[in-house]
Amino acid sequence: MDALIAPLLNGSAQGALLLLAALGLSLTFGQMGVINMAHGEFLMIGAFAAYLVQQVITASDLSIPVALPVAFVVAGLFGLLLEVTIIRWMYRRPLDTLLVTVGVGLILQQAALQIFPSQGVPVEKPGWLDGQMNILGYNWPLRQLFTILLAGVCVAALSAWLKYTSFGRRIRATVHNRDLAETSGISTRTIDRLTFFVGSGLAGVAGVAASLIGGTNSQMGAQYIIPAFLVVAAGGIGQLKGTIVAAWAVGLALAFFAYWTTGSLAQVLAFILVIVFLQVRPQGLFTVRTRSLA
Amino acid sequence: MSSTSKRMRALVATGAIGTTMALVLAGCGARAGDDTAAAGSSAAASCVDTSGDTIKLGFLNSLTGGMAISEKTVSNVLHMAADEINAGGGILDKKIEYVQEDGATDWPTFAEKTEKLLTQDCVAAIFGGWTSSSRKAVKPVVEKLNGLFFYPVQYEGLESSPNIYYTGATTNQQIIPAMDFLAAEGVKTLFLAGSDYVFPRTANAIIKLYAAKLGIKIVGEEYVPLDKDDWTSQVAKIVAAKPDFIFNTINGSSNVGFIKAYYDAGLTPAKTPIISVSIAEEEAPAMGHEVTGNYASWNYFQSLETPTNPKFIESWKAYPNSSGVTSDPMEAAYISLYLYKALVEAAGSFDVNAVNAAAKAKPITFDAPEGKVTLDGENHHISKPGHIGRINADNQFDIVWASDKFIEPDPYLEGYDWFPADIRKQLTDAAG
Repeated sequence: MDALIAPLLNGSAQGALLLLAALGLSLTFGQMGVINMAHGEFLMIGAFAAYLVQQVITASDLSIPVALPVAFVVAGLFGLLLEVTIIRWMYRRPLDTLLVTVGVGLILQQAALQIFPSQGVPVEKPGWLDGQMNILGYNWPLRQLFTILLAGVCVAALSAWLKYTSFGRRIRATVHNRDLAETSGISTRTIDRLTFFVGSGLAGVAGVAASLIGGTNSQMGAQYIIPAFLVVAAGGIGQLKGTIVAAWAVGLALAFFAYWTTGSLAQVLAFILVIVFLQVRPQGLFTVRTRSLA
Repeated sequence: MSSTSKRMRALVATGAIGTTMALVLAGCGARAGDDTAAAGSSAAASCVDTSGDTIKLGFLNSLTGGMAISEKTVSNVLHMAADEINAGGGILDKKIEYVQEDGATDWPTFAEKTEKLLTQDCVAAIFGGWTSSSRKAVKPVVEKLNGLFFYPVQYEGLESSPNIYYTGATTNQQIIPAMDFLAAEGVKTLFLAGSDYVFPRTANAIIKLYAAKLGIKIVGEEYVPLDKDDWTSQVAKIVAAKPDFIFNTINGSSNVGFIKAYYDAGLTPAKTPIISVSIAEEEAPAMGHEVTGNYASWNYFQSLETPTNPKFIESWKAYPNSSGVTSDPMEAAYISLYLYKALVEAAGSFDVNAVNAAAKAKPITFDAPEGKVTLDGENHHISKPGHIGRINADNQFDIVWASDKFIEPDPYLEGYDWFPADIRKQLTDAAG
């Protein structure tokens, strides 16, 4: 039983972290079509924000819950700044956006390297995440449960926001048909900015989760960016539910392959699966039906 | 088109300057008047200028990219050593003038910058590198151009070059002492966790052979790519294998993920301690309290009590951009510059062949912060003391074990009967 339970639970947690990293991308890339390669660095900004919060609030039991909204806002503001200064000039030029944001990512990495200790900083886990939960004989680290719950809350909040608020409706309208939305009086500029703020902010939240799992340093964002893009692409662009299913599937694949083979081989096999899947079904798991010709 | 021809002219000009410098150098060697200088004649390609009151040296470290997290400190400590040597009068009465280059965590860049430092800046020697990949990129270039490269990091051994000096530990000075410590602790079962590249793979191949000799059973072996932090799945396997000890050859940020996963799984140093070969005073703070109580094998620790260590620590703490703590790779980088000074002074010349001849002529020593190290003129490595430290709450190491004497470097493990010749050949070939 242990042979199934451990990879199942660990894989779900790995998938949840991947989902957190990909959630913001599913907005900015999926909904807006912006390829933001600096998304990983927004995640890094979130992690460093958590560290800075811990410098002010030293009790880690309290500091992590405080750090989550702080990281969201800080990373979101960085995203907004990027949108207002650079990306707004590059809509409908995906290749240019890709190149420019790679550069922005490198600048942010180097800035972090200059500002913080080069080996990275410690982010202390809250005491209430110490320990394990016994599930059918497997001692499951509580931290993993936290990652899954956090991903769940973010997904619920995001989908409620997209579905029930007027902003959400306007975002969906803009995604479905930008010209028609504009003609109906929706300020697509405001919508773009807001979407970018929320998408980048979600990367910040992912950064807090990542800081509890790995190192908080200038390089941390790089390991999430490619898997996150693959997950969004495999899920189907512009589809939240696709991103969720794809992230979970990749997490499980990583964990089961790691269990059967080795950690290195698991990375290769899991992403070969994604690539093969995209060969067979380039549009991803789910597709948006629109009346636009594109 | 015009830029190409400009570059061509620049190349021709450099070549001309190079030839002139070689003549000057030959003259210098003749003035120095010792018999080793005769060997300098083959260095006709060298353009090192020894006519003025300064000598140019190259520092080659990744200041950008992933490895900058480690190599920035090495670069800083090299600057500090150069400042110290200059304050003391320089090398052969010449002040060090250093050229800092950025290897940018990119191995072709390391090769390119090495060529640039040797042929355009005309430096007398180059100091730096961290990863084995960077060293292997530099090696063919310094060998072709007959330059000198000083490499300051512990590595997987199985290498020696007339153009490289190694001031970090080779395997018999770090891995083997760690295994001796485990045997002394009565360890019966061992789990190997490493990053997936040449150092951990080679180190673990050696560990497995020595473990068989010591009667220690290897109960598992796991690798994760260097750039991945999540170790949860692998740690679950460690929990199931229940080893007495974990031998950790993970490098970089991935170590933080490993320690977090270890702690989260409920593993403790009391029951399943870790011995690491890449966690030092610099790395430990990023892991917080979760790493406390585990072990590391190094030659140098900040907590060592030697005559020269207090001064080294004090100078570093006062140095601008200092991280405030000293560590083994930093100390090895510090040694490298002083070792070069001792070599040049013994040779009476900056010429590469003269320096190599001086290394062979008589033992070159340096009173390093880790103790008095002696250079092996044949394999270009240095003798080192083996130490095991245990991480305390201040992220410093309490020394719990020391080798009874300085360990002579043996990069090919020729003095160890449990290391068969065919495996030596196989590993050497695989390391390229």
